[in-house]
Amino acid sequence: MTTALAGSVPRAGVRATARIVAVADGRGGTALPVLAGEGPLALRRTRASGPDTHVTVVGAMSAPLGGDRIVVEVTVGAEARLTVGASAATVSLPGRTGGRASYDLRLTVGEGAELHWLPEPVIAAAGSDLIMTTRVELAPGARLVLREEQVLGRAREETGRLVSRLLVRHDGRPLLDQELAFGPDVPGWAGPAVLGEYHAAGQLLVAGLGFDDTSPEPRLLGDTSGDGDAVLAPLAGPAVLATAIAPDALRVRQLLDRAVTCVAAHRG
Amino acid sequence: MRTASHADAARGALLVLADGRFPAGGHAHSGGAEAAVKSGRLRDAATLESFCRGRLHTVGLVAAALAAAAAAGLDPVLLDEAADARTPSPALRATARKLGRQMMRAARATWPSPALDTLAKARPRGAHQPVVLGLAAAAAGLGSLDAAHVAAYESVSGPSTAAVRLLSLDPFDATAVLARLAPELDATAAAAADAARRALEDGTDALPSASAPLLDIAAEQHAAWPVRLFAS
Repeated sequence: MTTALAGSVPRAGVRATARIVAVADGRGGTALPVLAGEGPLALRRTRASGPDTHVTVVGAMSAPLGGDRIVVEVTVGAEARLTVGASAATVSLPGRTGGRASYDLRLTVGEGAELHWLPEPVIAAAGSDLIMTTRVELAPGARLVLREEQVLGRAREETGRLVSRLLVRHDGRPLLDQELAFGPDVPGWAGPAVLGEYHAAGQLLVAGLGFDDTSPEPRLLGDTSGDGDAVLAPLAGPAVLATAIAPDALRVRQLLDRAVTCVAAHRG
Repeated sequence: MRTASHADAARGALLVLADGRFPAGGHAHSGGAEAAVKSGRLRDAATLESFCRGRLHTVGLVAAALAAAAAAGLDPVLLDEAADARTPSPALRATARKLGRQMMRAARATWPSPALDTLAKARPRGAHQPVVLGLAAAAAGLGSLDAAHVAAYESVSGPSTAAVRLLSLDPFDATAVLARLAPELDATAAAAADAARRALEDGTDALPSASAPLLDIAAEQHAAWPVRLFAS
């Protein structure tokens, strides 16, 4: 998909908005009254059985090019359950004009609703420049599992520039606000305070019900079987966050998967 | 807008507040330098500069913006929430509140103000240190850019002093690192004060949230050590 898009006829920056609206269907399932891709964004319903409805962003998450403005809006209504994944990594590539691209995700999760937002990594290819912003609004009683991963360049190339911000509000109050920036013109990112020698980073946020009363103790997830550093720790609000940094995306995913296991064990 | 004559009049207060000997407990903290030394990533003047530059443009910028916003009059309780959301490490939240408590005690003794009293009442176990610092700066007659400068400077001066002790680094080399960072420090403070101005209109989301994953992870590793030279 990446090739098809990158090889398409020269074009000005694309402006595209994809929308998903999920609502409880009143029979214990979740319906999708809106499932609208646009431009490079294609959405597929990939599993209809069970209470949890699955949507896959097909190919579409690949290749925001310089100058593109891409928006994804997801609304999960009260008591609905939605899982969104992707078929491939998002490769941020330089555009013809060298302009900056933007990718905005707006996720809204209603009361008693649950969203699992589990895309594939964002890869900042050499020369690319992307600002990615994820805004999440969680109603009281909403549940969220959100993973995001960033990779510093494709194999054996310099990294592009990526500024990735994640803002999460719970019941209208700020729960998490973190921005990771790296690449050309970003000072200090490759040093011993920020990413050091690593080439991939990731976060896994589990928020909402289940952490109101008892939060797990901070837990170090790294071990001697592989490189990388990771920690799983409670936030000030009802959520836990795993932060992982490692030599590559595969290892980051392993560390975040370990966090998933720890959280599942804690929730019993 | 504070006039130039006001700012000049407060310059003495700025020196008092920014002095490493101001009794607010900062000397017991390494800003992650102790953990970075243990990992081998911080080992000499060159890596100290890189470490401090990373801190300055991430947690330093965030602290400076919080301090500037508090000095500019944003609701300190909202800023304290914004600081929590920007501090995913429980160890670093605990450190920020402990330092905030100590800053509160020192500031109320030096520049008593109703704003400090109100925040002390709202956050008896301590507010995030940059928020208290911002209120202290305002109480001392300083502006938001001054508050940002103090917070930004603290984000690198503490680790630099700690590195001298941890690595037996030449103090001249460590101070030269700070001097080389001074122009970036000015730029960071200016960016923080700009963000604070935007936050007055648009709310705390306008404040930066630059993060440093290695600092966050290392802070939890460090907190688990049985023996430490520095508290954080």
